[in-house]
Formats: sequence, structure tokens, C-alpha cells
Amino acid sequence: MKIAPGVDLLGSASFDETVLFPPVSLEIDAGGWSCLLGPSGCGKTTILRLIAGLDTGAAFEGRISASDGAPIPDRVAYMAQTDLLMPWLDVLGNVTLGARLRGEAPDQDAARALVTRLGLEPHLHKRPSQLSGGQRQRVALARTLMEDRPIVLLDEPFSALDARTRADMQDLAAETLSGRTVLLVTHDPGEAARLGDRVFLLDEGGMMEAVPPATPTVRPVDDPNTLAFQARLLTALREGHQWKA
Amino acid sequence: MESVKRGLAAAALFLGLWQALVTFAGLPPFILPGPWRVAGALVDNAGLIAWHAGITLAEVVLGLVLGTALGIATALNLAVSPLARYLIRPALVATQSLPVFALAPILTLWLGYGIWSKVLMAVLIIYFPVASAFFDGLMRTPKGWLDLGQTMGASPARQLWRIRVPAAIPALASGLRLAAVYAPIGAVIGEWVGAAGGLGYLMLLANGRVKIDLMFATLIVLALLTLVLHRLVGWGCDRLLRRLD
Repeated sequence: MKIAPGVDLLGSASFDETVLFPPVSLEIDAGGWSCLLGPSGCGKTTILRLIAGLDTGAAFEGRISASDGAPIPDRVAYMAQTDLLMPWLDVLGNVTLGARLRGEAPDQDAARALVTRLGLEPHLHKRPSQLSGGQRQRVALARTLMEDRPIVLLDEPFSALDARTRADMQDLAAETLSGRTVLLVTHDPGEAARLGDRVFLLDEGGMMEAVPPATPTVRPVDDPNTLAFQARLLTALREGHQWKA
Repeated sequence: MESVKRGLAAAALFLGLWQALVTFAGLPPFILPGPWRVAGALVDNAGLIAWHAGITLAEVVLGLVLGTALGIATALNLAVSPLARYLIRPALVATQSLPVFALAPILTLWLGYGIWSKVLMAVLIIYFPVASAFFDGLMRTPKGWLDLGQTMGASPARQLWRIRVPAAIPALASGLRLAAVYAPIGAVIGEWVGAAGGLGYLMLLANGRVKIDLMFATLIVLALLTLVLHRLVGWGCDRLLRRLD
């Protein structure tokens, strides 16, 4: 993997004449986890897609740049809320999808090593329909890691999982993605409180940063500081809502 | 096994009702012969019916292969080319306002009494369902998969071949299942208009000579032929779906 750059986004976006979010400044630190927290429909996903270079349908005014000045879209790996596994490919086929989409020969050994590391070895040749939701999201994580990109964009990838599986996946993702520049878009204050080196709150009013506890990530779920921060985030989210109403 | 049992039960019920209708309504054999009489005609004329069934089968299979190939090629062209969508698609839909059966006499005039006018008839009937089912499938690739492909750096051609085509196979399969039922209709209509052989021709011939039992025997063979074809195509589609990679 090449050295992970930081990413800055400065600007505003609108659909037709409706403002999606006013001018905001998002600083994603190099090699750390930045969480973008906010209610549904506030433009979190649009920001992630803008960074990924994906079509958003919104007009963006501003600039998105990497700290090393190089283009961003060909250096990102993307993980969405749904696992986006191809139902006609087995686990190994899904993990090596990227190489085949680029017309390269997949590195089967690296793929097998990753699959083993994520505890999916017994399922190597199973189709996604034979896996549980948590296993499928682990395959998606393996596929993301296989891409070996310095910037990783996560769009609520754990939100459809049950509480236990979600916590396990958060640990696994934090461990395996360490050293990369990660943007995690989430609507779950608990997730942001556990994982964020930096936490940004976004709603229709704009963006603000919440300073997390000094405890290193992944923060323990039962730590009083984590819980207090989680409560602070939820309060801030709700206050933003009341302030608008 | 269960489906075989159910099929046999349905057939027995059908034959029972048929015999009951003949017996209790007192229908003469030249209006509706009973199942025994038709079975007798089937056995007596087995060679004759088989010969004509062979001709119809050849027409149907050729029509299916050519029509499917044309339909797939059209759908792929429409899917990759906005210009083709702009120019060809309206024309394609417009052709459907014309009953294909009305073309049968013209096709016979142009291509003669041999099998090719019937093959073309079958092609014309199945071309649109196959092309439109596959095209719809190609245009309805889940957006998330395309986003994933884009972040992985897939070229449009590989995106088409590795994601859009496999994702559209279920849609193509439903078009093919329809085609398997439609193709024999096309061939038989062609034979009615003018032919020297085939099950449609034999039915007309038997009707003209008031061999109603032979006509029904031919009809049953045609129905069985269509059923078997439908099953075979369905089986082929299932295999294709399972083996996709």
C-alpha cells in the first residue's frame, strides 16, 4: 500500500435550487478514522460519493483535495451499507472481483490469505446466498482490503447488522484497515464514539466537529468516557434537530 | 418425483373429464373423439406424426437459436449505445404494433413452402420478447454494483461483461422461457399458411379429410413438444444461472 494521504473537502452542494448542505469543511486525517455523523438525508453519503468520484446528482461547489496533491478517485476503496456481493460469484470470486474488472490476473494467494485472516476459510467456495449477513459483510471487507487502496470510504457498512455482529465487525475493520485514511459515514453515535479519531456532525444547518475522548480507538463500549461522548453526540444531533424546528 | 406425480394426476384428471364429456354429452367422434380413439390414432400414425414432428421441431429449434442470437445482439447494442437506443428502440416497439401472423403469407411468398419461412416466422415471434427482456435486465443493474465497479477502475466493456451481463441473465432466462412457448406458435402458423410438412400442415390435412382423431393426436404431440421444449430451455437457463462466472 502507498502512503495514505489526508483528504480535505471544502464546499457546498445543492439539488437544483435546494441547498443540500451549506459550505462545510471536512478534514480527513491521513492514516486515521474520521467519522461523519448525521441524520438520514443530510448529505453524508453525497460527501462520501463526491470524494469517491461517483455520480451524486447534486451540484457541488468547492474543492476536494488530497494532502499529497494527487488525484483521489483511483486511490479509494468503497464499502456500502449493502454488501454488494455478486450472487453468481463464490467468496473467493467476490474477493478478487476488482482484479478481474481491471483485466488483471487476481492474486489468488493474497485473496486466500485475506479470507483466512477474516475467518471465512470454511466458506471459500460458497455463494453469498449461503452466508449470514455478518459473513457477507466480512466478505465485502475482504474485497475492500484486497483492493489495497490508501483511502477507504465506508458508507454505513455495519448499520444493517445485529448489535453483536456490528461490534465484532467494527473491531475487525479497525484492526485490518489501520494505517489507511478512513472516512466512515454513519448515523449511529455509538459507532462514531467507538471508532472516530475525529468526529464530524452534519445536518442541514452545517457541519461541526466534536472532540472525542483521548482514549485510543477502538474505544471499549463500556468505557465511561466513550459512553459520555456517545451521549454528547446524540444530544448534539437532537439539539440540531430542535434548533431547526 | 413429486412434480411427476402431480403431472400424472393432472393428466389423469384431464383425460377423465374429456372422456366424461364425450360420454355424457353424446358427442360424435367427428366433433370430439374420446381419448381412447385419439390414442389409437396416435399409435396407428406414429411414423407419420413423428416425421411431421421432426420438421416442426427443426423449424422451432432453428427459430429459437437464431431469434435468441438476434435478440441478445440487439439488447447488447441498445445497452451500450445511446444512439442505438435513440434510433432503433422506437422502431422496435413500432414493429410490435403489427401482428406477426399477418406477415405469414408474405414470408411464404418470399421464402417459399420450405422450412425457412417458418423459421423466420418463429424468429420474428421470439425476437422481441428475448431482446426486450434482456435489454431491461441490462439497464436495471443495481446501481451499487456499478458504483463498486467504477471505484475498482473497471472499463465500460468489463463492467458490461463482468457485472451487467451476468446480472441480466435472470431477465434473459425469463425471455427465453417465453420464447420456448412462442416459437412453436410461429412455426405452426407458418405451416398453416403454406407448407408441405410439419405438425401444423398435418393438422390441416387431417381436418380436411375429417380424420378428427388424427388431428387431435397431432395437437397432443404439438403440446407435448412445446412442453418438453419449455422444460429443456428452463433447465438450460437454471444451469446457466448456477454456473455463471
